[in-house]
Order: sequence, then C-alpha cells, then structure tokens
Amino acid sequence: MTNEALQELVGNWLPELEFTEEESQFLNIHVSPQNLHTLMSQLKSNPETQFDYLFCLSGVDWGEKLGIVYHLESTSKRHIVVVKVTTEDRENPVLDTVYDIWATAEFHEREVFDFFGIRFNNHPNLKRLFLTEDWVGYPLRKDYEDDINMILH
Amino acid sequence: MGIDTPNKIPDDFPGKVIPAGNGANVVVTNLDKIINWGRSNSLWSLYFGTSCCAIEMMQTGASRHDYSRFGFEVARPSPRQADLIIIAGTIVNKMAPVLRRLYEQMAEPRYVIAMGACAISGGPFFYNTYSVVKGADHVIPVDVYVPGCPPRPEALLEGMLMLQDKIRTESKKNKINPLEGFDEGL
Repeated sequence: MTNEALQELVGNWLPELEFTEEESQFLNIHVSPQNLHTLMSQLKSNPETQFDYLFCLSGVDWGEKLGIVYHLESTSKRHIVVVKVTTEDRENPVLDTVYDIWATAEFHEREVFDFFGIRFNNHPNLKRLFLTEDWVGYPLRKDYEDDINMILH
Repeated sequence: MGIDTPNKIPDDFPGKVIPAGNGANVVVTNLDKIINWGRSNSLWSLYFGTSCCAIEMMQTGASRHDYSRFGFEVARPSPRQADLIIIAGTIVNKMAPVLRRLYEQMAEPRYVIAMGACAISGGPFFYNTYSVVKGADHVIPVDVYVPGCPPRPEALLEGMLMLQDKIRTESKKNKINPLEGFDEGL
C-alpha cells in the first residue's frame, strides 16, 4: 500500500491524527497518548494494513517533549509506517505499552524506561535493562548532567 | 639437537649447548635468560574484544598477519590459561569490574596490551559520555599501549613484539607485581 493510500485509510479511523512525510520515505503518523493504543492495535489487526512487525521502537527527547517513535512493517503487505507519540510531562511521563500487541516491545520499552524515564502502563516487567540498579537519572535526556564523567556540556 | 646438527638450535636460544661426550648435551645459560626466552615466545592471549578493535585483532591472528609466527600461539577463552590480555575496545563502567576480575584470575606473570584509542584514554568518548572508562589503566596496569582507531594489524604486531622485548629485560630477582600499589596510584 502506498503512503497516500495508507494516509487516506488511517485518517478515517481517528480524526485527530496528523500526517507528515518529513522528507523521509515513510509516512509519519502523529498520535496523542490517549489514542496510541487504539491506533496501534487497529494498525495490527486491520486486514488492510496488517502491521505485524514492530522493527524499531526508539525513545526520543525533543528538548521540551519526550516521546517514542515506532517503526512498523507488514510482512505480508511489505509496507512501512512510522508512528510518533509525544508527552510534555517530563516529571512523570506515562504512555501505554504496546507489549500486548507486539511482544518484542517488552525489551524495547524497558530500554526506553532505562534511558529516558518514560513509564508504560500495563507493562509486565518494567525494570532496568542496561544501567545498574542504583543508577540515578536518565542519561539520554538532553538535560542530563554528570559532572564527573561528562567534561563538556 | 646434538653435535651433528648444531644448526637446529634456534638463533635466539639464550644459552650454549655443550656436548657431554656420552651422547647427551649440557645446556649452559643464565636462569633469567632462559625463563624470559620461554615466556616471551609463548604468550597466549585472552579473547577480550569489546568493540571494533577486536576485528583488527582477529585480522592480526588470521593468516595474512598471523601472530602465531611470533609465539602468540593461540587465544584462550579462559583467563586461567592466558598470559596476555589484549584490551581490544571500549571499556564501559559496567564492564570495568569484569575486566578487573578477569585480570586477577590470570596466572602470573600476566601482561596487558591496551589496543586503540578507547582502551588508552576513552578515545572518542572522552568528553561527553556517562558510561565509558577513560582509559583501561584506571582499572588494571597496562604494559604496552598501541595507538590507533583502530590500530592496523601491523601496529598491533609491533606492540606485541615490544611486549616481548619488555619481557626479555625482566629479572626474577627484581620482579614486582604490577598490581602492587596500583590502586593507591603508586
């Protein structure tokens, strides 16, 4: 399915969605945290889209907002889409897990939790993955400071 | 090895072979010399590649450069069987205690080569990272530093030969444990 066809189809599901191409080859869908889980499960289960493969889940700090970028692919239809979700709450960012849709998200979300401090509702095992248990702070956030190890800021 | 075939004695053999007259031979040498000769020509390294330098290290061991020619016969996966640890790659804070433990598990005498910018100083991660140890010599004592990012196999070989030269100057009498006073910064 082409990007245009995807945009037309997915745009009918939820009125609030925004679409951009951002000079990339993929269609970008911006969704609010409230509708994230609905959209994701629809993308997977709808027979037209069949996004059965979450091949990348990245946490991103855009400075003011924190968010996640999901890359989805359909192994039968061979099309790819990017879903972006952001939250402005830096103190206590919470998003819905997509672990129940793509099981691979369990570890990806643990990584995001580790480095960005984003919590996931309904995640089965949300604990540190890479950093030590007693680590303080979220080192991949833009405002992270470490006077001992980081010499330039 | 005998009177008939004296040319079978290696050129760098640190002693003299004297025929004893009854078919046997007597080796005359200095104990330090023969121990150092043995040690420097049989250095087994530990498999310790933590990033891209490990690829160059593998290349150094492969057929084109082949460090076995110089006595680095095989690489061992266990520190108990290794004499040498080539730190080929970045050491992160989480890996540092593991490196220290591996070093302590090796039998003495043990030697360390820091290969590449990361193992020497943290390299490209020196300024702005929360996770990298700025030089493996913060964790264990290093004998030879091989600069490069990554060093070419020739450079690593040069470093390994330098280590052999260093071992040849050792003396059993004056031997000190490199870990002694290391943690105190002496």
